[in-house]
Amino acid sequence: MNAALNLIDVTVAYHGHPAVHHISGRFEKGSLTAIVGPNGAGKSTLLGALAGLTRINQGAVKLDNAPVDYQKIAFLRQLSGINHDFPLRVLEVVAMGAWQAVGAWGAIKGKVLERIEQALSRVGMQGFEDRLIDELSVGQLQRVLFARLIVQNAPIILLDEPFNAVDATTTADLLNVIHDWQADGRTVVAVLHDLGMVRAHFPDTLLIARELIGWDKTETVLTPENLARAQANSMVWHDTASWCHVPGTLEAADIKAPTGSHRHG
Amino acid sequence: MVDFFWAPFADFAFMQRALVASLALGLISGPVGVLLVMRRMSLAGDAISHAVLPGAAVGYMIAGMSLPVLGLGAFITALLVALLASGVSNVTSQREDASLAAFYLMALAIGVTLVSMHGSNIDLMHLLFGSILAVDETALILIAGATTVTLILLAMIWRVLLGSSFDPLFLAQYGRSGRVANQLFMLTVVLTFVACFQTLGTLMAVGLLMLPAIAAKFWSRDIPIACLLASGFAMLSGTIGLLLSYHASLPSGPAIVLTAGVIYLTSLFVGTHDSLLIHTIRSTRHRES
Repeated sequence: MNAALNLIDVTVAYHGHPAVHHISGRFEKGSLTAIVGPNGAGKSTLLGALAGLTRINQGAVKLDNAPVDYQKIAFLRQLSGINHDFPLRVLEVVAMGAWQAVGAWGAIKGKVLERIEQALSRVGMQGFEDRLIDELSVGQLQRVLFARLIVQNAPIILLDEPFNAVDATTTADLLNVIHDWQADGRTVVAVLHDLGMVRAHFPDTLLIARELIGWDKTETVLTPENLARAQANSMVWHDTASWCHVPGTLEAADIKAPTGSHRHG
Repeated sequence: MVDFFWAPFADFAFMQRALVASLALGLISGPVGVLLVMRRMSLAGDAISHAVLPGAAVGYMIAGMSLPVLGLGAFITALLVALLASGVSNVTSQREDASLAAFYLMALAIGVTLVSMHGSNIDLMHLLFGSILAVDETALILIAGATTVTLILLAMIWRVLLGSSFDPLFLAQYGRSGRVANQLFMLTVVLTFVACFQTLGTLMAVGLLMLPAIAAKFWSRDIPIACLLASGFAMLSGTIGLLLSYHASLPSGPAIVLTAGVIYLTSLFVGTHDSLLIHTIRSTRHRES
């Protein structure tokens, strides 16, 4: 069920400029980690790279030292990327989570339907099955998307700003779901802005400002010095920075990703 | 009264063929149009419909007013424009509507050039506005084939298409099915146009596709219901448009599209969802809780 995600010197660049620069580390099995950093720090880019949706320029992501099987990773993108106006029904959205079981043509019934119903009641949305998505509030939509994650039943769950524009009650209920996932032994990684919430609910923190500032126990990472460093780092951007060459400090066997040059700073 | 509605179809074989053709076209126009509207691609349909012209013109130069050849040419250029547009937007960061506009404008210019070099104005009018007289047995079989393939394709990609319209990246994690479904959907749009333009012309075909679909949204937000309604509206427009065309000697394409336009305006005013009537009532009325 559970697995660890290894980052080996991961760099993602847009137009030659690194958005995520030489990050190495490890999301342990069953860990609950917050990714924190200022706007433009590369948080969403890093998450996209973990989910296999953003091309990695240099370095690699491994699942227990093997190539990543992306079907084991459930990724909830920011709400802004979802077409809230598209009038699907709640049941249909949650059923998307069962894609691996039913595919494009399989019937949604029996065990699968049971899992969907259980997921809906776990997020407090039972009775909403036939509602159209465009009638839901943002909080209700996020509950439905969490139900879809529950149905996906993946050992690794990535969440990109899951509590943006979501009210306190919904946030509390969904944090509960996240703690359940951790108790199940799943690895959960969430991009967050609310440092109070991170300190209260997330044992580990990855602080990023394009480069890794800190990745450890939350109380060790979220110090005033680190946060100030992250803030200062995120603003620096040199159009004329020299091209970055990686010294051969890593075990060559670990790196099989395509190389891509990018500028420093 | 019965004569008005019945006699043209009972007496003339070409009217029977035209009726069967427009019913078949109406049937697929419903779901394809509703999906275009829901995916905010209403104008993409327009663009694809213009891309039909150069292929049809080349077909005309080779074989004259032969519908199978015109249809094949139209199919090839429309598909080419759709594929080039989605290909460019996949590789570059340009949006698909921008590349679609670029390619369809070039296709349109090539088409008009070809027609003006090698055809008469009458031929251009036929291509642009269609002709029900042109629907012979072969054309009917062609239309039946294209509509059948479209319906089956649509049924096969339905779930993936709706899922990826709601959340485009979700299925990307599970492989290429989302992208394949989007490309197959463009194929169904192209097939629908190729089937439509022979009776309606390249300019008018998009009318039968979009107007009933937009009208249906004033009656239901539910996608399957909207599709059924749009099909019904399109078939009704086809039938009434043909009768108007017959009795008033109007060109068939504009007559059908104008009928669809009347259905749209009616829906806009008195539809059960989001219509002007509902907006007037809702402004004072609300539920207890």
